[in-house]
Amino acid sequence: MNGRESLVSLALLSITLGCATAPSSEEIAANAAAMLKSSFKANGQASLDRLKQDETQALCSQLAGKPPSKEVAARIEKINRDAIKYPADGKLLGDWKNGEKIAQEGRGKQFSDDPAGPVGANCYACHQLAPQELSFGTIGPSLYQFGKLRGYGADTQRYAYGKIYNSEAYAACSNMPRFGHSGILNEQQLKDVTALLMDPQSPVNK
Amino acid sequence: MPCAFAQSTVDEIAKYRAALQDGNPAELWEARGEALWKQKRGPKQVSFEQCDLGLGAGVVKGAYARLPRYFADADRVMDLETRLVWCMVKLQGYSEADALKNPFGSGNEKKSDMEALVAYVTSESRGAKMNVALSHPKEEQMYRLGEKMFYFRGGPHDFACATCHGEDGKRIRLQDLPNLTGTEGAQKAYTTWPAYRVSQGELRSFQWRLYDCFRQQRFPELIFASDASVALTMFLARNANGVAFDAPAIKR
Ligand code: HEC
Ligand code: HEC
Repeated sequence: MNGRESLVSLALLSITLGCATAPSSEEIAANAAAMLKSSFKANGQASLDRLKQDETQALCSQLAGKPPSKEVAARIEKINRDAIKYPADGKLLGDWKNGEKIAQEGRGKQFSDDPAGPVGANCYACHQLAPQELSFGTIGPSLYQFGKLRGYGADTQRYAYGKIYNSEAYAACSNMPRFGHSGILNEQQLKDVTALLMDPQSPVNK
Repeated sequence: MPCAFAQSTVDEIAKYRAALQDGNPAELWEARGEALWKQKRGPKQVSFEQCDLGLGAGVVKGAYARLPRYFADADRVMDLETRLVWCMVKLQGYSEADALKNPFGSGNEKKSDMEALVAYVTSESRGAKMNVALSHPKEEQMYRLGEKMFYFRGGPHDFACATCHGEDGKRIRLQDLPNLTGTEGAQKAYTTWPAYRVSQGELRSFQWRLYDCFRQQRFPELIFASDASVALTMFLARNANGVAFDAPAIKR
């Protein structure tokens, strides 16, 4: 046995010994990676690269439900804010009627969904928006009268568009998807849902 | 939109009530599962009565309330389904591919023997106190892997189990979401699966519940009886310790 091999077997031995007592966090991390690899299969549009985490996802997962520290939150918000792309034409508001459809649509990106079919944002899954829709979830805050309460000005428009584009830019480890950043909605759709929140004619602001 | 929703809810509740009056249809799966358990099956023509679910060969009563657990013969932590697959391969002589196929049924054309067996075995733990041990280091490890999986964010929506099941009193649309990070939420949820789903006309196992939540999470497909499925089952079953198991149940 040469020196290198014995080092390897020593390392293996310590892993086995570690196993017999309590698993260390390094061991858990290594096994977690192996578990991910062996436990999923690609199905239609849901390919295995969906399991590869970006920095934001990895940092937030490590917290196991606890809020991020100031430093971690600042880091996450910075990298996500830097990644926001605002429309080249400078217009942030589209058609709120279309925005309402996108906010209602729950399909999209599941392996059971038609890849050529609609991809929605399902804002109503988590938020109250237009008061006519009674079937709304409560994972996020109510957005009823969002524009009316905050004002319809340029800053609020920019915040609303940016928030929908990349929620992590404003609230690290938020439970809200990054609709623009992750390619769930395209630019026109982002403008349309921004209008749903910000157009004075939108039922959200009535 | 709200009107259409209200109507379908009413229909669903009516169906639910009707189903309850006739007793729980899960009993049909339980009966079929019991017959399968006792039948000589597979190339070796052996029944499950020699399969050890942790309390000794053929002992079914109370076994599910102590799963998942470490099995020395397989040197692996197993949940019920993983163990049934193991017995099908080692005792009954099925190929692994055959043992793993058709885990979830759909209608009369594609009944799942696995789901029937699960219905039977779980029914024999009704009333038994959940008592999942972390005494073997591999059990402890599986639990911690399950916890990691529960908080693992990924996919286009950044979802983890914790996104939808990490807080009290939340709902998605009108569906209540149990907080599975606390004892009470885990107890209520875990002890009521498998369940006959009125909306699907099917008995659904806990493995199916995990498969379908990963689908909604926009993850790739969870492989049946994979380590991630056993780890999450371990995490939630252990967190449910202390209360009586009460399934197969009936759900919307
Ligand atoms: C999976 C749940 C979920 C979905 C789907 C979701 N959100 Fe959110 N949203 C949240 C949560 C949680 C918060 C609060 C934390 C935060 O600020 O990120 C939030 C916050 C917000 C805010 C900030 C509110 C404020 O007071 O500043 C806006 C605006 C918003 N969401 C808009 C939307 C829109 C528009 C959609 C659909 C395109 C949407 N959300 C879809 C969960 C969700
Ligand atoms: C996008 C939201 C979402 C995500 C992410 C999610 N679930 Fe669910 N889960 C649901 C919904 C909605 C229900 C209720 C379904 C119903 O009532 O029909 C549910 C139900 C459940 C139940 C059954 C609760 C009961 O009392 O019957 C369990 C257990 C569960 N989920 C576990 C998980 C696990 C483990 C994960 C991570 C792999 C997960 N869920 C991820 C939305 C989600």
